[in-house]
Amino acid sequence: MGGYLPSSAAERAGMLHELGFSDECQLYRDVPDGMILEALALPDGLSELEVSREMRSIAAKNVVYRSIFRGAGAYNHYIPSIVKQVTSKEEFVTAYTPYQAEISQGILQSIFEYQTLICELTGLDASNASVYDGATAAAEAVAMCCDKKRPRALVAASVNPQVKRVLATYCEGYGHPLQEVPEKDGRVDPEALAALLTPDAACLVLASPNFYGLIEDAAALGGMLHAAGAKLILSVNPIASALYKSAGELGADIAVGEGQPLGMPLSFGGPYLGFMAAKAELMRKLPGRIVGETTDKNGNRAFVLTLQAREQHIRREKAGSNICSNEALCAMTASVYAAAMGQRGLTEVARQCHAKAEYLAGRLARIGYLRRHSGAFFHEFLTGTPIPAENALAALSERGILGGLPVDGGILWCTTEMNSKADIDELIEVLKGVRA
Amino acid sequence: MKLLFEKGAPGRALSILPKLDVPAAEPEAALLREKPARLPNLSETEISRHYTELAKRTHGVNDGFYPLGSCTMKYNPKIDDEMAALPGFAGIHPLQPAEDAQGCLEVLDRLRGMLCEVTGMDGMTFQPAAGAHGEQTGLLTIKAYHKHRGDRNRVKVIVPDSAHGTNPASAAMAGMTVVSIPSGPDGCVDLDALKKTAGQDTAGLMLTNPNTLGIFDHNILEITRIVHEAGGLCYYDGANLNAVMGVVRPGDMGFDVVHLNLHKTFATPHGGGGPGAGAVGVKAFLKPFLPGPVVEKTESGYRFTTPAHSIGAVKAFYGNFLVDVRALAYALTLGADGMKLAATTAVLNANYMMAKLRGAFDMASGEVCMHEFVMSLEKLKKETGVSALDVAKAMLDEGMHPPTMYFPMIVHEALMLEPTETESRETLDEAVNVLLQIRERAYSDPEGVKACPVKAPIGRPDEVAAARNPKIRYAFPE
Repeated sequence: MGGYLPSSAAERAGMLHELGFSDECQLYRDVPDGMILEALALPDGLSELEVSREMRSIAAKNVVYRSIFRGAGAYNHYIPSIVKQVTSKEEFVTAYTPYQAEISQGILQSIFEYQTLICELTGLDASNASVYDGATAAAEAVAMCCDKKRPRALVAASVNPQVKRVLATYCEGYGHPLQEVPEKDGRVDPEALAALLTPDAACLVLASPNFYGLIEDAAALGGMLHAAGAKLILSVNPIASALYKSAGELGADIAVGEGQPLGMPLSFGGPYLGFMAAKAELMRKLPGRIVGETTDKNGNRAFVLTLQAREQHIRREKAGSNICSNEALCAMTASVYAAAMGQRGLTEVARQCHAKAEYLAGRLARIGYLRRHSGAFFHEFLTGTPIPAENALAALSERGILGGLPVDGGILWCTTEMNSKADIDELIEVLKGVRA
Repeated sequence: MKLLFEKGAPGRALSILPKLDVPAAEPEAALLREKPARLPNLSETEISRHYTELAKRTHGVNDGFYPLGSCTMKYNPKIDDEMAALPGFAGIHPLQPAEDAQGCLEVLDRLRGMLCEVTGMDGMTFQPAAGAHGEQTGLLTIKAYHKHRGDRNRVKVIVPDSAHGTNPASAAMAGMTVVSIPSGPDGCVDLDALKKTAGQDTAGLMLTNPNTLGIFDHNILEITRIVHEAGGLCYYDGANLNAVMGVVRPGDMGFDVVHLNLHKTFATPHGGGGPGAGAVGVKAFLKPFLPGPVVEKTESGYRFTTPAHSIGAVKAFYGNFLVDVRALAYALTLGADGMKLAATTAVLNANYMMAKLRGAFDMASGEVCMHEFVMSLEKLKKETGVSALDVAKAMLDEGMHPPTMYFPMIVHEALMLEPTETESRETLDEAVNVLLQIRERAYSDPEGVKACPVKAPIGRPDEVAAARNPKIRYAFPE
């Protein structure tokens, strides 16, 4: 039997005896007759060594690619050593939500620093302590914008399909109709947007870079929305945000995004980090935890959970969101990552991602993998293929390379600072050798 | 203490990246940021010391006793973290072909099998990232089921007034109307009130059992029968599953949907506020409505499928996968025998503490409690002016995390204690002594108790000022 009980069987028997019971079943006397299980139909517990062997054998059934050219919402970046060390500290790992501020200053300050980081990256005024991921951040942002007068939400067709699915599910719950704005050459078609901007439209969810890696004309689209009394929710890549115009500079009312590129491993999709930031006037509509600075009774700097009148434990069914646990340790991860990279380092990551994507796109074009769209892109781009995409990807896979994602008969490629020139050249050589 | 942003100096940096090895390609100028993001310029020494200092100002389970009721702050095993960090899990892209990620799919399938057995359910999704997210998912599933049957009037969710605040908030997010029903003095469901409320517009009932007073509702079979006879479904809030894991199953009590907080019952760490995981289990007739994708085992291996009438997706990809890896390692470690022993010991520890404190404090949890109990300090406050909050703050000076305060709302001056199974008898005795001493001091030196904490990193913060004049980001000197 395995487990983590400090007390011995004799100690437990002694405690039970002191309470006047002969066996622990007597503690369950309120359970109706016949409902107590004989035993679960599961094997008995294992030793640590057995568990370690078992879990390692399961992990060994996965393919760990040495070279990854796939993104589409999960990005393979280098994680500095200090990030893992800091975020493994037991105090941080094993704490609950910081309800008791006096002994939670470490967690609270780290969230305050994270909120500052997100405000800086997005160029907006107010950030919360995180939500589950980039997709749920977009959905929570829609709830901030829609009301009885403007119940309808719009989403650009060029947004990541994973995000669109989550938006549709949340909007079904909220009762907010959700409509897709068609794309033209991989970006929002402004004419189609104009036609959909009726007075009941509350907001548009736009991504830039979008699913195809393309930079949208967010400022112009935001202008159209504002003229119609609607809001711009801009989903951004936090690495790109160090180099490209910030959401605030582009006129977004709310910025959201997937924070995974900021120091979180691929992890088969989670835990990741949903970040949200808004203009000051929307601060009290933000969902979830928010940390504020104040002083203690001796005048010392102190941090607390604040603006709690927005939240479920106070407002119950009238709260803007039900969120309680979020992704606090991932938020700290993002802060440590940003601190380790610094302003210049983070901008350099963005530059390298982009330069490598340009290099890969150029090399691919020469062997017949031509871009499907025109216009500027960050670190992802969609190409057609001279041979069926699955054949190309299978050949790469054999060499330990995870190629781009098959999308609409083409391939969506991604590069980061992790893809060396040698890796890219190797990918090209493999593709050259594949026959249809 | 200074912020990251107040430390360092221009020119300081770590050496992380190699030089660019392909031709430089600067994006066109019109696309670039006008104002750079102000990130700190630090050395690795400074970063390391900054967070070590923050760690010293943080109390986790590993720093001491953490009887935070309803949160199940049990020990987080180290092996689970080590397994989650294996490159074979942490290095897997979520959009790798399923045949290249068979181990990940196996984790999800085996954990589903084990947790379905524990809960008495038939199908499960791991997409929800937290308990509240699980509630929202479970309710959307119930809503889709009624809608699919053409039963469109079922929009009301019955929630007892002793419920966690997330229950009504989740119902609202799922587009349902909340009907609150009063509890009896023992926190148990008032059967007459339930009978009057349940009807043709009832979508379902949300309930935690044991309830928020730590009492197992002995009418549970009657409760679920009333709801089913009215045509509604029963939702089990698994926040308190640690009391009954391996002993009695929600599925056998008549529940149709269950969410599990893996970061509570299954010992995955809470990280100061997440990431958690809120797996949702359902009876067979609800499986077609679960969010997708879900894992299916075939002769040729595992694959992803989307249920026929799926509500869609509540999160990108498959949920907080590495939390699921930890939970599987934990479930394998405990096994059938260990799970039952964990639950019975959690209940034993709570009863042990309650018995030792009963003479000094009024108990709201009856004679025998489950894994947690609630004390009312109303009398103490009346007699000394010392409140539940003051007692909690005095515990901080003794190196203990206080219990949950002022919850459930149906008990005045409530303190809710959940010791969990991973505490020794000495720790329980020490906590009892601390509480008894604070109580004595409340009579002899009430002002002293109200001035606590004095040994914590800060004194009591001014929360009113924080909310009145919100400073929620660092203001850089211009």
